Amino acid sequence: MDLLVLAAAEVPRAGDGGFWAETAGIMLVSPIVAFLAIIAAGKRLKYQGAEIAIGALALNLVWATVLFVQNMTEGVLHEVTFVIGNVGSGLSFELGWVVDGLSIMMYFLVSLVGLLVFIYAVGYMHGDRRVTWFFAAFSLFAGAMFILVGAPNLIQLIIGWEGVGLASYLLIGFYWEDHENVNAGNKAFMTNKVADIGLILGAILVGVSLGSFSFSDIDVASTAQDPALAGVAVVGGLLLFLGAMGKSAQFPFHIWLPDAMAGPTPVSALMHAATMVTAGIYLMARMFPFYQELAFDIRPWMVAIGAITLFAMGLLALVADDIKKVLAYSTVSQLGYMMTAVAAGGYTAGVFHLFTHAFFKALLFLGAGSVIHAVHSNNMSDMGGLRKFMPTTYTTFVIGSLALAGILPLAGFWSKDEILATLDYEGYTAVMWIAILGAFVTAFYMARAVALTFHGTYKGHGHPHESPRSMTVPLVALAVPSVLVGFLNIPGVQWPGIANFTDWLAVRVVAMGDHHPEGVDLFLAGAGLVAALAGIALGWVIFSPDRDTQRHRDRVEIPLLYPLLRRTYYIDDAALGIVRGTKGPLARTVDWVNTYVIDGIVNGVAAFSLLLGRFVYGGLDQRGIDGFFNGLSAVTDAAGGGVRRLQTGRVQQYAVSFIIGALVLVIVFIVSR
Amino acid sequence: MIANQFLVLAAALFSLGVYGLLVRRNVVLVLLSVELMLAAVNINLVVFEAMLVTPDAVGQVFALFVIAIAAAEVGIGLAIVLMIFRNRQSANIDELDLLRW
Amino acid sequence: MEWFETWGLTLIVFLPLAGALLLGLIPKEKEDAIKGTALVVALVAFALSLVAIGQFQFGAVAYNTYQFEVNLSWISAINANYHIGIDGISLPLLVLSTFVVVLAIIYSWDHWEEPRNPRAFLMLTLILATGMNGTFVALDLVLFFIFFEVVLLPMYFMIGIWGDKSPRKIPGFTRVTETRIYASIKFFLFTLFGSAFMLLGFLALYFRSGDFGERTFDIPMLTELGTAGAFTGTFAFLVFAGLFLGFAVKVPMWPLHTWLPDAHTAAPTVGSVLLAAILLKLGTYGFVRISLPILPGEAQNWAPFIAVLAVIGIIYGSLACLAQTDVKRLIAFSSVGHMGFVMLGISTLTDVGINAAIIGMVAHGLITGLLFFLAGSMSHRYHTREMARLGGQMKLMPVIGGLLAFTAMASLGLPGLAGFWGEFMSLVSAYNPLDGLSLGVFRTAMVAGAIGTVLTAGYMLYMLQQVNFGEPSDEWAGREFADADRYELTAWVPLVVLTVVIGFYPNVIFGATNEAVMSLVELAFGAPEVTAAVTGVGG
Repeated sequence: MDLLVLAAAEVPRAGDGGFWAETAGIMLVSPIVAFLAIIAAGKRLKYQGAEIAIGALALNLVWATVLFVQNMTEGVLHEVTFVIGNVGSGLSFELGWVVDGLSIMMYFLVSLVGLLVFIYAVGYMHGDRRVTWFFAAFSLFAGAMFILVGAPNLIQLIIGWEGVGLASYLLIGFYWEDHENVNAGNKAFMTNKVADIGLILGAILVGVSLGSFSFSDIDVASTAQDPALAGVAVVGGLLLFLGAMGKSAQFPFHIWLPDAMAGPTPVSALMHAATMVTAGIYLMARMFPFYQELAFDIRPWMVAIGAITLFAMGLLALVADDIKKVLAYSTVSQLGYMMTAVAAGGYTAGVFHLFTHAFFKALLFLGAGSVIHAVHSNNMSDMGGLRKFMPTTYTTFVIGSLALAGILPLAGFWSKDEILATLDYEGYTAVMWIAILGAFVTAFYMARAVALTFHGTYKGHGHPHESPRSMTVPLVALAVPSVLVGFLNIPGVQWPGIANFTDWLAVRVVAMGDHHPEGVDLFLAGAGLVAALAGIALGWVIFSPDRDTQRHRDRVEIPLLYPLLRRTYYIDDAALGIVRGTKGPLARTVDWVNTYVIDGIVNGVAAFSLLLGRFVYGGLDQRGIDGFFNGLSAVTDAAGGGVRRLQTGRVQQYAVSFIIGALVLVIVFIVSR
Repeated sequence: MIANQFLVLAAALFSLGVYGLLVRRNVVLVLLSVELMLAAVNINLVVFEAMLVTPDAVGQVFALFVIAIAAAEVGIGLAIVLMIFRNRQSANIDELDLLRW
Repeated sequence: MEWFETWGLTLIVFLPLAGALLLGLIPKEKEDAIKGTALVVALVAFALSLVAIGQFQFGAVAYNTYQFEVNLSWISAINANYHIGIDGISLPLLVLSTFVVVLAIIYSWDHWEEPRNPRAFLMLTLILATGMNGTFVALDLVLFFIFFEVVLLPMYFMIGIWGDKSPRKIPGFTRVTETRIYASIKFFLFTLFGSAFMLLGFLALYFRSGDFGERTFDIPMLTELGTAGAFTGTFAFLVFAGLFLGFAVKVPMWPLHTWLPDAHTAAPTVGSVLLAAILLKLGTYGFVRISLPILPGEAQNWAPFIAVLAVIGIIYGSLACLAQTDVKRLIAFSSVGHMGFVMLGISTLTDVGINAAIIGMVAHGLITGLLFFLAGSMSHRYHTREMARLGGQMKLMPVIGGLLAFTAMASLGLPGLAGFWGEFMSLVSAYNPLDGLSLGVFRTAMVAGAIGTVLTAGYMLYMLQQVNFGEPSDEWAGREFADADRYELTAWVPLVVLTVVIGFYPNVIFGATNEAVMSLVELAFGAPEVTAAVTGVGG
């Protein structure tokens, strides 16, 4: 444990967490056990297995909360690993769990939001198809997510990474009767798989060069400017970033996330908004020292990707009619914020936004789910005026929207402000302005969503009503942190006894070396707030007046931009083209090559041999030419057939040839004498 | 030269045998032709033994072997012919192509 | 367990053969007795291989030392010996082989393809078992060759008799042949073609070994000569080429693979399973056991070439899969890709790569074996393998559908399941091949291999979508399908469990192989590259 000693020297607050850190692995195992238990016995239970899933997450929440509190007060830094594979002389694969500031934050986030979403899902999925399977797959996701965030090394991270991908695939395609949904699942899986090339190759480059896949080793080696690691830093860093782009839906890999909304809404809330999609950000944060100390050359590119994502994808939320798609594009955009921040050097800023975003985006999704549950449609053109029917949902949704828009003093304001401060400090001024513009767009589309959904008159069918308590309670429970968690990390404010979020996150084996502003930069905070307020105002002006038809209300078409947005910048079309090209012409070509060229050669050889054989056969029959034999089977066969003709079965013919042969021999003997 | 006449006799006998073997259609006659050829060989064997006396009278011994084998061959051969005749009502060698695959 | 030291392996190899003879004595009508006997024999062989694990001395040993070794004079005229033994490399494969045979017999309990005849089928299965087990324990080239060829005949008959009877028009031929006839002959001739060259290679080694003492077919002795640098130059090149042809056909490596889709598609279920699970491994095992240690110098010359072929196989196989309409043919083609990863691992000539190859072989055996079981059971029920006609299987047969989904995930290399380690580690090894091999070639191969994993995912998901999801088509709607029965589950569950266990604890395999592989690499190619640090200690 020399590593931890070393760490303790550099990081001011680091206890070892005692019993709770030593046994934190329970969190990684319990949802998986729940998964198996639900499959085995879920159908026989009252809530069809939901109680097992909830129980597992509640158990995890106990551990996570204790660790979270411990980390607040004294810091927890602990790592437990055990070897699962020794290969060669130096390579070893390990599983285990790491308990430090970053992972504790994630444990806490996943268990808390997860638990609330699970409870919500009991109400949401009531009476739906395959509830048991739903909770089983959801538990599988939770388990994989804990495995991912608890990973002490790249190998376990990959296991969790693909595990959440699998769960995502299963849950997006949850209603698999409809091929559309399955396609969406396939799209998600395949897009991620393409990006995973980067993750896997990056892991290989980094891991093999260093001789260890362990994050602690990578962090320490990065800080020490390890030459072997420095040699692969740029390529390895880019490859890992590619992996992160896939999971965190960065441009142009964002295409899968909007389609992923085909899954049930709780799935969208927990996986495709709050936790799973942040895995890429988490990876970047986990590897932060590597990017900070070694791979800093590629940072501008990463920031650029993040900036494109945060702005361009935000615009797409403006034209979507499906309320979940609005939120999905919003998620992509917010992930862009996080990525931009982490890439620019704002470890705390990016992760803090991840933390706050998880609460209010889960809240928004669950609110949307509540609405969908009531009106039986995803489209905002079937909604409107729901404020009167669903007061709780309305209130919480508005809180979530304001938090997302970044209105003081809600959570989103503080985390967004910190991102702006980071961009400013690191010198990405242009990107900072894009981010401020992005804040305007965010506020604008959220105002639109709230207006179209809850204001005006109801345009759907039937009589919508407020959702059951099992759904509204989680909404309220998520609204509280959406308001409050921002205060955990006000620049320059140290809460007595527990310091602040920045200090909790800094509990890592090495110092992160990111910049923390001493106080709030009033200009930046003001700019962000003004942009958000302007967005809300504009959105309200345009969308709140109640027109006859939804279509009419939602008709502010900017030439050129609008069609581009409707077609999602043609990126989906391009991706579809690639897939069709691979599945269609390319695969068909290969198959054709296989059937007609390679197999053709084989069959051709056989056919040719047969022809050859027939030729020999014919020649023998008519002209009495003796056959020739070569190794080719068909020739042998045909030639055998030819020789058979000589074998007439007539003894006397044999005798003639026999005697002629004998005579020839006699003559030869006589002559040669 | 005493040997010459015997050799001429043997050659004539052999040629007769070959002729019969190739030309006759009746299986029995073909077999008899074979016997003729064997007899010619026997004559040769005995004559040469008489000319160049060997310690163990190899020529005579061999002739005896040939006679024994000829007897066996005729025995089996005629049995086969008999069976074929019973089955096919014919001993015509042209109709016998059973040896063909 | 004194007796096991001397008799153990011989029993494992020849007990199935004896069982086959015994089956011949049981009247054809007593099917239960026949099945029972076959199962008992296979179980005993499997139990014996478990005993072999128990008695095996794990841990560091010099390469070229074998356990449970038996060396008796056999054909003294050519100095061929009955020399058998196992080391860490062959142990997992031997166990896999005895294990899969047991499952195959359990599965076939209630699943007979026309023209039925369990006695003949089980006899062939047991003879096949003898050939497969024998190949993994043989330490004499003649013995190896005989076992290697023994597997051909039963498989030939299995395909030719119980195979797919649908007519098939072969491009270039005027006559329409039955698929099984075409496939079985193709399989037989292809393999025979390769092994003819292999035999030439063996003979060349035999005669050349005379230059250094007594002529010998003994693998350990030849290994000693080979690693000391006895075989070099054109001679080595030609011998390696011969062995390469023999093994590459069996693997199968692109472009010698075309027998495989036909044979797999046409074979009866159990035949496909055994073919995929064990027979393909005979080729890769041959590379590891014979080509590399006996001709290490030449292996280094050939390595980039093999790597390129392997990668072409990966990409090519996956692309071909995407174009398939037949479930079984798709699975068959997937083997080309998966075995490409195995060969890529071997071609790096590193300890990591060869370990990757072995775990890849075991994983492929388990996973593709299971896939073929499932495909067989599906076509048994639907009487078609056309994916376009299937669909909604999760509704019709949830258990089989679920298992298919699980296996597809395992096959596309989902981390945490067995298939991952073979793929991942062969990519790892391609990043750092043996010193002196072209980094450019191998790292390109690594990238191409990684792209191959994407394509693999693509066709597996495509298959799932076609077969498992959606509403059942009108053709099946309202029809009752029997979901997996107990024989099927008994045969499949062990495969599932092992896939998960190896996925989360690959040391199950590495524990046996790693020391042997490391010493092999050290002996044949010099000291293994030293990776900087052991995990857990800062660099």
